[in-house]
Amino acid sequence: MAEFKLPANSIVGSGKTYHAPTGAKRVRSFQIYRWDPDSGQNPRLDTYDIDLDACGPMVLDALIKIKNEIDPTLTFRRSCREGICGSCAMNIDGTNTLACIKAIDEVEGNVKIYPLPHMPVIKDLVPDLTHFYAQYASIKPWLQTVTLPPERERLQSKEDRAKLDGLYECILCASCSTSCPSYWWNGDRYLGPAILLQAYRWIIDSRDEFTGERLDDLEDPFRLYRCHTIMNCARTCPKGLNPARAIGEIKKLMLQRSL
Amino acid sequence: MATTDYKIIEHTYDVVVVGAGGAGLRATFGMAQKGLRTACLTKVFPTRSHTVAAQGGISAALGNMGPDSWQWHMYDTVKGSDWLGDQDAIEYMCREAIPAIIELEHQGVPFSRTEEGKIYQRPFGGMTTNFGEGQAQRTCAAADRTGHAILHTLYQQSLRHNAEFFIEYFALDLLMEDGECRGVLAWDLAEGTLHVFRGQQTVLATGGYGRAYFSATSAHTCTGDGNGMVLRAGLPLQDMEFVQFHPTGIYGAGCLLTEGCRGEGGYLTNGNGERFMERYAPNAKDLASRDVVSRSMTVEIREGRGVGPLKDHIHLHLEHLGPEVIHERLPGIAETARIFAGVDVTKEPIPVLPTVHYNMGGIPTNYHGEVVNLVDGNPDAVVKGLMAIGEAACVSVHGANRLGSNSLLDLVVFGRAAANRCAETVKAGAPQKPLKAGTVDALVERFDQIRNASGSKPTAQIRAAMQRTMQNDAAVFRTDASLAQGVAAITELYNSFADVKVADRSLVWNSDLVETLELQNLLGCALVTMTSALNRKESRGAHAHEDYPDRDDGEWMKHTLTYVEDGGQVRIDYRPVHTYTLTDEIEYIAPKKRTY
Repeated sequence: MAEFKLPANSIVGSGKTYHAPTGAKRVRSFQIYRWDPDSGQNPRLDTYDIDLDACGPMVLDALIKIKNEIDPTLTFRRSCREGICGSCAMNIDGTNTLACIKAIDEVEGNVKIYPLPHMPVIKDLVPDLTHFYAQYASIKPWLQTVTLPPERERLQSKEDRAKLDGLYECILCASCSTSCPSYWWNGDRYLGPAILLQAYRWIIDSRDEFTGERLDDLEDPFRLYRCHTIMNCARTCPKGLNPARAIGEIKKLMLQRSL
Repeated sequence: MATTDYKIIEHTYDVVVVGAGGAGLRATFGMAQKGLRTACLTKVFPTRSHTVAAQGGISAALGNMGPDSWQWHMYDTVKGSDWLGDQDAIEYMCREAIPAIIELEHQGVPFSRTEEGKIYQRPFGGMTTNFGEGQAQRTCAAADRTGHAILHTLYQQSLRHNAEFFIEYFALDLLMEDGECRGVLAWDLAEGTLHVFRGQQTVLATGGYGRAYFSATSAHTCTGDGNGMVLRAGLPLQDMEFVQFHPTGIYGAGCLLTEGCRGEGGYLTNGNGERFMERYAPNAKDLASRDVVSRSMTVEIREGRGVGPLKDHIHLHLEHLGPEVIHERLPGIAETARIFAGVDVTKEPIPVLPTVHYNMGGIPTNYHGEVVNLVDGNPDAVVKGLMAIGEAACVSVHGANRLGSNSLLDLVVFGRAAANRCAETVKAGAPQKPLKAGTVDALVERFDQIRNASGSKPTAQIRAAMQRTMQNDAAVFRTDASLAQGVAAITELYNSFADVKVADRSLVWNSDLVETLELQNLLGCALVTMTSALNRKESRGAHAHEDYPDRDDGEWMKHTLTYVEDGGQVRIDYRPVHTYTLTDEIEYIAPKKRTY
């Protein structure tokens, strides 16, 4: 059997440790992945001991505290701090989620923080999502029609509008796609759960008139059918959405139209 | 590192848009649609812009839920602005609201629906029928995620129109030559390179500066970058004393709970369980204008009627609405309250506090989005090559106090107006003269200096001091004493930036440097906010001055202009309020006493 080894420059070493101030009573260790593209060195795990009595409740609060008070070079994305912008998606305690709505108390023991898995890393906790965004654009995520719009709004029944619930709320944080083994393996061609959830959002929208073309575009052994219902996507989604169900619905529509 | 050592890449576009929130995106694809070569620079991926966090809705007199007219909408907006809004611009916005919302629906925004399948509209604060008589249902909603729904749709439209984006590019400074804007200098975070973008027009859509305060509903990225660039270019900001406190930020965390909570029937109580808004606004009650509700809450707390062991907050009740209404119309609120307040909104009230939310002030513009300045006595002199839209701008449609759901409207209406204006004023592909020697160098030098800043004060330390000062001294209520103290403190902090310390010297994703550049922008905003607040000796809209509790139209019905000079000296001047409308379909709405 073939042996596989990780390339030498991917091995994560141990880094610096920053101790909590003396007298701190409720101390928690945060072990954080660091990689500086300028250094030429391997990634490392730095350890920051934080006094939780002087820190906000969320993992993002701890990251900001570290950046403000201990190590300003620590680099991560953040913006809204309330779970709606999707900037601070990262791997915390082994699960992809948003640092801003992940309570420190939910983690037992040391808090381990890595960038989203299997994406190129730009620096520390900042992954390169260019390919993910390009895949999003590839599904033509906008309303497509041939009939001219009416003078007023298009009418949509409450029932038809309800079909978009659980889909339109996606914040494109990429937590689901980067938790998917199929996406890790075939991410160059498999669209992954986030993008397929978005594809279904347009397929099922009663106002869209390009359902057939949208399904044609997904009829491909890689783009759609690399989903093997592993379900990591549904388990990890920080917004409680279920991309696997949306993918299942697309597969059902494919089947229906081939009968 | 000498400034010549930086790798600088040059680009030439017809139009350069800075910012990809609601206004920036609407402008960007509007320009692209009109055949103008347009670059959109943004420091965050477009759907991460703070527009995404808007919740309650976007106003337009569609009349889907009862009689309505844009004239009523205009009256409410003028009254909400406490007569500081420019009525030509307000007329433009309220008229254009109707086609703007229809356009958004046609683009695919997943609006909530009525039984007839029309766009669902909810009541909102200060929105009335028949010139103040009844309660209007004017705010178009996609549950309580309207900003998210609209921002994603606008990004999708930008993809559809093949707009060109430069994502995670941080705009550093305007390229100004002889009073004209020639483009912008920006820093590509991923590559660590500097980029010169030349354009016939530069459009600032950089949002507000809520993070000048300690507690704000605003995202960490709301740092007034466009405002800061404008001040450094020697141009003024307008009406910066008017900072909106949203009545219902979550106590402690500061996260927003939409006014739609009260629009759907929620109400506030004090520590005695009393619905106190009935005393302050007998007609509109909990749906009075935001400044009125925030002041009432603050008075309740100051007079010892707050909630909790410290009697320092207020309760917002939704539990009587029932799980079905909450699930259908306020699902995001239920989620946010659970995560950040540990509250099940179907069972118990949510602890809330007035929280900094929106900046009425900004870069002065006309209703086309063109930046204006006071030049040789002309208060409407257009600054060539420069436009501003969205929260960064002060058109002024919001005057001294913005009505809820008029902000998303402002973004799409004036984003579109800017695109229309550029279609008239910009010739696609017209040659642009070369930049003068030295224009770019001076700006690169500033960047290099800050990058290598090795003073004694870390960025986070100056920022925390600024946020505390703003929170304490430019609060819901202000006094001459608090503001004078605030001006002294902020001026000192502004000057202490010369002693800032940046720890990270790298160029790739150096977020320490980004935060330091943002801090400089925030300090400029904070300085002129505090100074113009001290200067305005009256109370109007969000500016509640305890030493001058009344509105003084004779002396103060005018826009404040603030320029920052050397050493943090602020020069103040004024522009008259436009006391005329755009057409004769509505007459000028004369000032009167503002009660709800």
